[in-house]
Amino acid sequence: MTSMGKKRRRAVVDQKACVACGCCVKVCPLQAIAVVRGVAARVDGAKCVGCGKCARECPASVIEIREVEA
Amino acid sequence: MKKHWYDYLWAASLLYLLLGFFNILFAWLGLLCFFLPLAIAAAGGTKGYCNRYCGRGQLFGLLGGRFGLSRRKDMPAWMKHKAFRYGFLAFFLLMFLLMLWNTYLVFAGAQNLRQAVTLLWTFQVPWRWAYHGTLFHPGVAQFAFGFYSVMLTSTLLGLITMVLFKPRSWCVYCPMGTMTQLICKAKARKHPAELE
Repeated sequence: MTSMGKKRRRAVVDQKACVACGCCVKVCPLQAIAVVRGVAARVDGAKCVGCGKCARECPASVIEIREVEA
Repeated sequence: MKKHWYDYLWAASLLYLLLGFFNILFAWLGLLCFFLPLAIAAAGGTKGYCNRYCGRGQLFGLLGGRFGLSRRKDMPAWMKHKAFRYGFLAFFLLMFLLMLWNTYLVFAGAQNLRQAVTLLWTFQVPWRWAYHGTLFHPGVAQFAFGFYSVMLTSTLLGLITMVLFKPRSWCVYCPMGTMTQLICKAKARKHPAELE
């Protein structure tokens, strides 16, 4: 049973600092991150499980794994 | 994950550097790495080149990732700051113009062909073995030496930051990447609704 206020982990991209290189896209096992129109990477909140692979790969280190409300 | 043909473009990048070691005229092929990213960004409005086809990025990813030649540390904040990225782009373009000017001088007969590769815009490395004379004007070779210098210098910088920081740290301050992102940002600003 899911209780109110249950937390889940997900990747969050600092859109302003992202260079849109796409390194994160290549390592995501769930195809939950994409570079939108060459501007910045965006995470699909429904697919992301917060594994942290993209955050480790990001050369600019602008992806954080945060706990968000489920 | 399924591999595609474009996942092996790191080999093309490596081959390019090797070919330039034997015959400098192959350096002209490097123009593809200059025009393709811009064309994809201008026509498609994406960084498809960086995201998918950049052989150099793949090479750094391979050497720093699978071969473990990277410390995998965060790069300093100033290196990913816009001022540095745009400053580096401006410097890079200025040096590119200087290279074109030198090429022009050789074409105009005002300067002799210099059979050397300039590393880090400073160090002249003799490269005579890669020039065997040509049917073309010496200016054609001068451009090749100049362009190969640009390619080798950027590879060297990329390798240094690959070792010090993350494998593809070069992608953060790559002038082509910065340029294509600027084009994409301008295009996205024109049609903001399509972003959603």
